[in-house]
Amino acid sequence: MTLMTILLVLLVLAGLWASMTTLLLRATIALALASAMLAVVMYTLGATIAAVLELSVCAGLISVVFVSVISLTQRKPFKDYVVRRASRLTRFWPLPLVLVAAGVALSFVHSPVQVALPVPGAEGDVRVVLWNLRQLDLFGQILILLAGVIGVLVLFKRESKDDN
Amino acid sequence: MSHLLLLVPFAALILANLLPRSARPAATWIAFGVLALQTVAVVLQPLGLTDWSALDPVDATIGLRVSMDNLSILLLLSAGLAGMASLMAAGPGLKTGRERFLFANLVLVALIGINGISMVRDLFSLYVFIEVTAVATFILVAIRHGTDAFEGAWKYVVLSAVASVLMLSSIALYILVEGGVSLAAVTHALASPGPIPWIAAALFLCGLFIKGGLVPFHGWLADAYSAAPAPASIFMAGIVTKASGVFALMRLAQSVFADALPARWIFLVVGAVTLVVGAFLALTQSDMKRMLAYSSVSQIGYIVLALGGSQQLGIVAAALHFFNHAVSKSQLFANAEAIEEQLGTVSMDRMGGLGSRMPVTAGTSAVASLSIAGLPPLAGFWSKLLIVIALWQVGQYTFAAIAVLTSLVTLGYFLSLQRRVFFGTPLPEWASVKEAGGRLLVPALALSLITVAIGLGFPLVLSMLLGGGQ
Amino acid sequence: MTIDIPQSFWLYFAFFVLLLVDGAWCMLATYNLLRMLIGLEILMKSVTFFLIVAGYLGHRLALAQAMVITVIVIEVVVVVVAAGIILGFFRAHDSMNVRNTRNLKG
Repeated sequence: MTLMTILLVLLVLAGLWASMTTLLLRATIALALASAMLAVVMYTLGATIAAVLELSVCAGLISVVFVSVISLTQRKPFKDYVVRRASRLTRFWPLPLVLVAAGVALSFVHSPVQVALPVPGAEGDVRVVLWNLRQLDLFGQILILLAGVIGVLVLFKRESKDDN
Repeated sequence: MSHLLLLVPFAALILANLLPRSARPAATWIAFGVLALQTVAVVLQPLGLTDWSALDPVDATIGLRVSMDNLSILLLLSAGLAGMASLMAAGPGLKTGRERFLFANLVLVALIGINGISMVRDLFSLYVFIEVTAVATFILVAIRHGTDAFEGAWKYVVLSAVASVLMLSSIALYILVEGGVSLAAVTHALASPGPIPWIAAALFLCGLFIKGGLVPFHGWLADAYSAAPAPASIFMAGIVTKASGVFALMRLAQSVFADALPARWIFLVVGAVTLVVGAFLALTQSDMKRMLAYSSVSQIGYIVLALGGSQQLGIVAAALHFFNHAVSKSQLFANAEAIEEQLGTVSMDRMGGLGSRMPVTAGTSAVASLSIAGLPPLAGFWSKLLIVIALWQVGQYTFAAIAVLTSLVTLGYFLSLQRRVFFGTPLPEWASVKEAGGRLLVPALALSLITVAIGLGFPLVLSMLLGGGQ
Repeated sequence: MTIDIPQSFWLYFAFFVLLLVDGAWCMLATYNLLRMLIGLEILMKSVTFFLIVAGYLGHRLALAQAMVITVIVIEVVVVVVAAGIILGFFRAHDSMNVRNTRNLKG
């Protein structure tokens, strides 16, 4: 049972908690926890910069978005959520069992996988690769951020009289 | 010039946002201008009339890895035409100045995405630009805040995300096995032994099938097309769905799969099923926009079916049908917008006899319908003929027969549409209906003209397509 | 302290599949829009994980990280737009339950 396996199990457990919990705020916290575990896993594998971005953006920014949407759509008093717990469980209780079964089944697979051979130039710094080789992706990132801004303008603003 | 196609719309986008509040309506014209420039430049390019070599030093410094070829030109041209039509229709279709301004911005973003899709040589960059176009389209569907709009947009978001997961899994497998995801690297991976590259290819293809609305992943398309406001439907049906899904399939068929047999069978089967299911679903619709949406699904099936044909003719046939469908479908949705604007409904059960009241709309929609149904001498007939020939050349007689027979079904539902909407006597409630305004008629007329011109001048078009080669 | 990192592809693949099943189940078994978004997020995380693992095992960590950075940016924008759509849905129907409003038949 290496450290990596423990981390991965924790990651899956956090994801499981996010799916199965009844309260949406708890699900958001569970999701942030899963992001944090993923960041730790990525750091352990050596992907330090991606890990930092995952932690700050996914665990941070996305949680903020979720919490704000939850607060904007909160309507029911708490007791209504408890009433629905029973019907939720009937749909969700097989999930842990399925996961355990899938995990056990997959642990028997052992065929060799032919991976790519290391190439001298490829093991460089992320920043070099990103800025010198993948500028097109950077341009795409800028575009999609612009699209996101337009999306916020379109979707989050309530209709008002002075719209022209 | 390939860099300009990405940077000019980007500059226009920034310019449009720097305008003062009072000058906001100009944004639509800026976007229109960019699209017109793109259409003209792309038409002049293969004729050899333009020389962009003066810009080579700029290209070298910026270093975006894009390159244009004949297939790109096809998509760029279709995008220009469909985009112009939707921008002209945005005036009557969207009610507030703010909506029109945001629409122009989103069209520009989606345009950069589509231009990127047409020119990339790398699976991951393809994914990035597909996502850019998709996000712009999500927002376009929901731009008018209708009750159905959010439901349609949500279905699109969910299925698009599933497609992204499939595509990214495929990319991860290629990194594992090959160490790179450029088209050349993927071709090399598919040539080496082992099942993993092919499993990854299947995953990526499934992702593209979802984005393109092929069966069995077509569920989101009709909802999104009918729930979106009319100018957005024109843009989506005219170019976006095809660019994100089918164009990528064409690019892969050309560069990566070449003559690989498993890929060809996948295209044949998926194309045929989509073709037939889309046609029969279109027959059952009473909502005009939904019928057009299922017709789009069916035609996309035709394009994919063509990719299963012979190596040279198959892609040419698919490309021509792609272009014809972009032109005709944009025009049909423009007609639908004209009707919706005048009548306030798109339910065909309540229509009838509009032909006498809206003659231009009726005429142009007849041209487009007959073209898609494959009647000579319109453009659609030629592209469908090429598809059948391409299938015949590789001995796929059953699939060729399916293509021909489904054309009859296509003719059937389009005739049904024409009869229900335009023929007969007008109902009394439509007595005051007049023809649509110029902003909707001009694109409809122009697109019909293009359909007729390609149909009549087809020998010239064919020699250009085959001579230009891939 | 050196950490012994397993090199077996199938171990990582197993956890990728577990996360995938978790996210997919969450998206399919719920009627609440926000929970579907959480399921979508779990799916994206599983793929991000798989990309890094593929980069690590295939000796292309720099490339994989560059891709993951882009994927994270795209993921964030998609989540924000999806949240906006959910908000719009809520304001139009006053409910987060997708069962109440099956107007569009697909």
